Amino acid sequence: MEIRVLGPGCARCHEVEKRTLNALAQLDVAADVRKVTDFKGIMTYGIPGTPGLVINGKVKCAARIPSVEEIKRWIGEEIGKPSD
Amino acid sequence: MSEKKIFVVLLAAFLAAYFVPFADPAVQNAIAEALLLLQDYARQHVILCLIPAFFIAGAISVFVSQASVIKYFGPQARKLLAYSVASVSGSILAVCSCTVLPLFAGIYTRGAGIGPATAFLYSGPAINVLAIILTAKVLGIRLGVARAVGAVAFSVIIGLLMHLIFRRAPQGAAAQGFVAVPDARGERPLAKTAAYFGVMVAILVAINWGKSDPSLALWYFIYRVKWLIGGVLALVLAWMLVRWFRKDELRDWTLSTWIFAKQIFPLLFAGVLISGFLLGRPGHEGIIPGRWVERLVGGNSLGANLFASVAGALMYFATLTEVPILQGLLGSGMGQGPALALLLAGPALSLPSMLVIRQVMGTGRALTYIALVVVMSTIAGMIFGRIAA
Repeated sequence: MEIRVLGPGCARCHEVEKRTLNALAQLDVAADVRKVTDFKGIMTYGIPGTPGLVINGKVKCAARIPSVEEIKRWIGEEIGKPSD
Repeated sequence: MSEKKIFVVLLAAFLAAYFVPFADPAVQNAIAEALLLLQDYARQHVILCLIPAFFIAGAISVFVSQASVIKYFGPQARKLLAYSVASVSGSILAVCSCTVLPLFAGIYTRGAGIGPATAFLYSGPAINVLAIILTAKVLGIRLGVARAVGAVAFSVIIGLLMHLIFRRAPQGAAAQGFVAVPDARGERPLAKTAAYFGVMVAILVAINWGKSDPSLALWYFIYRVKWLIGGVLALVLAWMLVRWFRKDELRDWTLSTWIFAKQIFPLLFAGVLISGFLLGRPGHEGIIPGRWVERLVGGNSLGANLFASVAGALMYFATLTEVPILQGLLGSGMGQGPALALLLAGPALSLPSMLVIRQVMGTGRALTYIALVVVMSTIAGMIFGRIAA
């Protein structure tokens, strides 16, 4: 599974990354988690604001900090599906 | 932090400890001024102004849906609406300064194009809710209002000018719009959200109500009962929180308030210390003699306003730090006009943000935008300086 946390590196983006790692640990799922901090990279996803969370190439949320429960649900949706 | 960075920090601390002439009375005085200004902020601005303001900022980031505002910036958006929303939406979208540049890049490449994008880029940092509240509290209501009004008006003018200048040039790739992101959270009715924000702002205004001349009967009466008003409103707010909000929403609110506070307070306090060291409290001198400041940016000449705009455009101000720095400059003899020029050019531009803007728009457009900001800030400063005098 490929997870991308989009954001230039402020505290809100760090919080999303932390919650994503928490969700993965709670589900005991392994994933390739990376942060995208450069503007060109963030823009290619077309999100309407940061922070953004992308799982397997699908934008799951943007411009807000999702809860750990939400992230767990999205990871559940993507488990077993191939990454793009 | 990498080991190399730690080494550089330690080396800088050592060199400062070795070489700074602490025995010099001027340096001792400047250090005392820095600490006294910090104490001034801690005593006067933190509890009643900054902490409530951070709760409002936190609430905005949790309870106002950014996506619902962004839809006005789509490629098909009506232009008039896009400009209007761009000029004011910074107050709710740009609480965190790091959100302005990604949003600007998004509006420019995927949405309504160069006009609304630059309008947002200009007004965003200047009218975010924390900046307006602190400007009005520390620098006076007149400069606070002038800053907000100037930022909104100028953002529309700059956006329209950018659109007119570059209307013929191709935009590059066709605007594709933003991806739609489903948001499964339950929404509360707009009226409830509005009432909730209204009560919070009313509390903030009430408890910061300034003492006025007893001859202004109504204002003075409000001042006498401000704690009563604030207390009643706090009870109303508590009732709303219990009845209208789920527990996890309240936890998110507290958390995002804490994130802002954690991010902004250290920078602000560093800014206060530096400003106090260099410029001193109002009425006192720091390490820089007041007459230098007065010679450069005193009065309301063209030179003073231009210098303030250019300096502001180049300097990087972390969120809110422009306020203590400006307070120091005003105390050292800066004119009201140059102060507004610096407020209008400063937070909107800095060397780092110029580089990002250039990366997004290209050199020619970036330079045009920078020139527009500097020229318009100078003009606004001169007009305001004349009115204020």
